[in-house]
Amino acid sequence: MKMKTDNNELVVQALKNGTVIDHIPADKLFKVFAILQLDALPNQITIGNNLDSHKLGKKGIIKISDKFFEQQEVNKIALIAPNAKINIIKNYEVVEKVELTIPDEIIDIMQCINPMCITNKENVPTHFYFIDKKKRLAQCHYCERIIKEEDITLK
Amino acid sequence: MKNNGLVSITDYSEEDILRILSYAEKFEENPNTKILDGKVVATLFFEPSTRTRLSFETAVNRLGGRVIGFSDAATSSSSKGETLKDTIKMVSNYVDLIVMRHPVEGAARYASEIASVPVINAGDGANQHPTQTMLDLYSIKKTQKTLHNLKISMVGDLKYGRTVHSLLMAMRYFNPTFRFVSPLELQLPEQYKLFCKEHHINYTECNDLSQVIDDTDILYMTRVQRERFTDPVEYEKVRNAYTLKNCLLENTKENLRILHPLPRITEIDEDVDDNPKAYYFQQARNGVFVRQAIICSILGLI
Repeated sequence: MKMKTDNNELVVQALKNGTVIDHIPADKLFKVFAILQLDALPNQITIGNNLDSHKLGKKGIIKISDKFFEQQEVNKIALIAPNAKINIIKNYEVVEKVELTIPDEIIDIMQCINPMCITNKENVPTHFYFIDKKKRLAQCHYCERIIKEEDITLK
Repeated sequence: MKNNGLVSITDYSEEDILRILSYAEKFEENPNTKILDGKVVATLFFEPSTRTRLSFETAVNRLGGRVIGFSDAATSSSSKGETLKDTIKMVSNYVDLIVMRHPVEGAARYASEIASVPVINAGDGANQHPTQTMLDLYSIKKTQKTLHNLKISMVGDLKYGRTVHSLLMAMRYFNPTFRFVSPLELQLPEQYKLFCKEHHINYTECNDLSQVIDDTDILYMTRVQRERFTDPVEYEKVRNAYTLKNCLLENTKENLRILHPLPRITEIDEDVDDNPKAYYFQQARNGVFVRQAIICSILGLI
């Protein structure tokens, strides 16, 4: 098992096969964990948080063994940590870097900030469209409220 | 038939709008037909709105259809805790079309997804009231003979007034110039100013109606509601500043018409009612023809 200790990149255990989600802002780590529903996975997962980072100050990292996500799944991360880096590892080597893109629409992930929205009143799955991906503006399919980036909250 | 109802004014393209307006003209010429003979329409009003409900029910009755429904959630099973979903599923079994007013925003979109018949949104909280917008457009077209290149001044509560927001969005096809006249507290939300910019719609903002009224084709008045103000003194001041009086109309254009979604409280003085430029009561009447057109179009009968 390889350990890199000469830099800050990897102070957690290296991964043989699987997915590394790196450069997560430290305060978003558990949100990323939640959005990918990692608590429901039986796979080995290593988490590091508050690691030193040149870019972010403090960052988080999640390593999931033997798990490869669909692009659609991984794009959900873009909602809360658009600059996170996703690396696919095979036999200790990075074989692919996945680019995050904001999805066109997102179902049952975000919560509507409008307390009068039907999704906050009855058992209705939330549904948003990203009407401006650059500014990360989402519009509720139901109440049509536009949600700004800073108001994005997860269910 | 599913999902071809009318939930939001944004469901309608320019072509849809013009098509409905021309149907409405036909219904104005001849409002009494039997085109809805044998059809049953539900009017489900989870919050009271007598004006809108009577307009829809008149539209259906004049077309020879029948109406079932309720006018207040207190008289429906939602007061027993039934979910909207169950009410809609049940009513879908009985009728050809659902007209729904609900205080919760997005309720109409949700209903349209679970109903097996088309749904017309008759108002969902502060969100949408598309048939109001269509009757506003009809009134504008009828009084100005065109929808294009008009100067429209919107006055009063531009922050919460959903009729203002929907009309603004629907007018995007017709190159309007808007003047937004409101107190600081009730200015048009940023979202709609952005909408104007994105669609190259010219607009100006001011807080004094007399600055723009003489160069206006359509004066769209709205109600300034007491509950929007934390300070009652402020409310009284604003209320008086945004009251339209007959004397203000002296130098206005010949073709100016005054619209108001109604009910009005004090924002239009009663002395304006007899001025030929007052159009709000005819505007409400137009609602019946527009709703006849929308209902028949949705049911595929015209």
